[in-house]
Amino acid sequence: MSRKQLALVIDLNVCVGCHACVTSCKEWNTSGAAGPMSDQNPFGSDPSGTFFNRVQTFEVGEFPHTETVHFPKSCLHCEDPPCVPVCPTGASYKREEDGIVLVDYDRCIGCKYCSWACPYGARELDADQKVMKKCTLCVDRIYDASLPEIDRKPACVKACPTSARLFGDIHDPQSEVSRAIREQGGYALMPEWGTHPANHYLPRRKTRLRIHEDELVRADNPLRVEGHLPKPASDAATFEDASF
Amino acid sequence: MNPAFSVILLTTLIGAGQGLFLALVTVQIYGVAGLLPPAQGVGLYVGGSAVTLVLLAAGLVSSFFHLGRPERAWRTATMWRTSWLSREVIVLPAFMGTVTLYGLLHLAGWSPVLMTSARGVSLDLSLAVGVVGTVLAFALFVCTAMIYACVRFLAEWHTPLTPLNYTLLGGASGFTLAAALAAQAEAQRVDFLAGWALVLTALAAAGRMASLVRNARLKPRSTIQSAIGVKHPRVVQRSMGFMGGSFNTREFFHGASPGWLRAVKPLFLVLAFAVPLVLLWLARAQAAEGVGALLAAAFAIQYLGLLAERWFFFAQARHPQNLYYQAVS
Repeated sequence: MSRKQLALVIDLNVCVGCHACVTSCKEWNTSGAAGPMSDQNPFGSDPSGTFFNRVQTFEVGEFPHTETVHFPKSCLHCEDPPCVPVCPTGASYKREEDGIVLVDYDRCIGCKYCSWACPYGARELDADQKVMKKCTLCVDRIYDASLPEIDRKPACVKACPTSARLFGDIHDPQSEVSRAIREQGGYALMPEWGTHPANHYLPRRKTRLRIHEDELVRADNPLRVEGHLPKPASDAATFEDASF
Repeated sequence: MNPAFSVILLTTLIGAGQGLFLALVTVQIYGVAGLLPPAQGVGLYVGGSAVTLVLLAAGLVSSFFHLGRPERAWRTATMWRTSWLSREVIVLPAFMGTVTLYGLLHLAGWSPVLMTSARGVSLDLSLAVGVVGTVLAFALFVCTAMIYACVRFLAEWHTPLTPLNYTLLGGASGFTLAAALAAQAEAQRVDFLAGWALVLTALAAAGRMASLVRNARLKPRSTIQSAIGVKHPRVVQRSMGFMGGSFNTREFFHGASPGWLRAVKPLFLVLAFAVPLVLLWLARAQAAEGVGALLAAAFAIQYLGLLAERWFFFAQARHPQNLYYQAVS
């Protein structure tokens, strides 16, 4: 547990489903070290393309008690990634130093076996390059010393207008992401498979006012009680004493 | 899953090839042990080895069509410590080499006796190579099947029945083919091989039906609730995030209608098991006339059935990632 594990923490309470992370991811990575992320027939009737990150939308509950949940989905950089050991060439690997799961495009043979071994559907085969592609956590960006410190974050995190995406080391208990997971109920997807995803999600949270009946009616409301009570004698207890 | 014809062809072709080779070695062992009359010639061994090689090579060629970057296929031999796919890539050429050697030894008739037991049963070189090939054939069955059986997310495959059925189905088709070849090359072995083909086909039918029964009772472990982590009995997807297709919508959905899926199951049960069982039975019951045609038909129909069986094997597997790709808004 001492080794660093970089990850994203995505706050579903804050995500508005604007797809800014999707386009920013595509823009950065298609022109960066992980690119190109090819598109097929992008302006035709049946467009298709490679993405590392998708924002999906779910409806929870039955009308009228429904809630819309926008759900950004990318590689979760599992701590025990099932996609890595099945790779016959060693093209898929998990970095020792920071836990990022990567694909070496020059060694990938495009057999798609790793995508079968990922329950989250996080890997996509590039239809042009014929190699498997996936989120790199912007590994070419987060260590780039030529960028200002504040920009050394994944493109999706930088793009999010509502700051729904946090980035950091989940093995450092004092990091922003660890604190968010700990204090705001961060959870992993499909925990039943034991893949231990590094990425976590923060749940939707509701702030409710709890109002009791007696808080709505003031027992000592002077406007209500004045007419019904005899005016106390001047030497008697005051009104406020008398009401109790 | 979306069945890929390259993989369907690969697994059925090499399965039949492995079964055929096992049949050849079985015949040889029975002959050496004196349980079968002496062979009339080497036609069955040489021809059988050649046909095995053709099947294995055809399977190997078709497997390349499954790769995005076939020119890098040599790299697949590197991760044999963790990957069953890598192990298959190592065992298949080793098996092909052994089969070649086995066929050549029989063709040349060069087979020095390596050792002789006290009871006079001698182990010659071709039999030793045959035994090595047998071990490799079984290893290849295990490697091929474990590629699928080891993926725990696909519950339909993640069972010991998968390697068992790959072995039995390959064995059944291989022995049927061996009987059909024997009808041409070594008529007195036909009864023996057709008998084994009957037994293996019956066992394969039992194994495959056991897996069908098992798979019909499976309950998916992942739900849409665990997929997005929202606890509510009613969660539906409204948008998968894009309107066109993607790798995820193409690779993991077979796209066939439920009616077709329902139809393929009885179809492959009839073609791969019922019809070959009847034809093998007839071939054994019949006199020499027409046996070759019967057995050839049995193999052809069984192979067609196995193609359908393998298609169904892939199509039936439901991947948990599909929970994320339910609706285009």
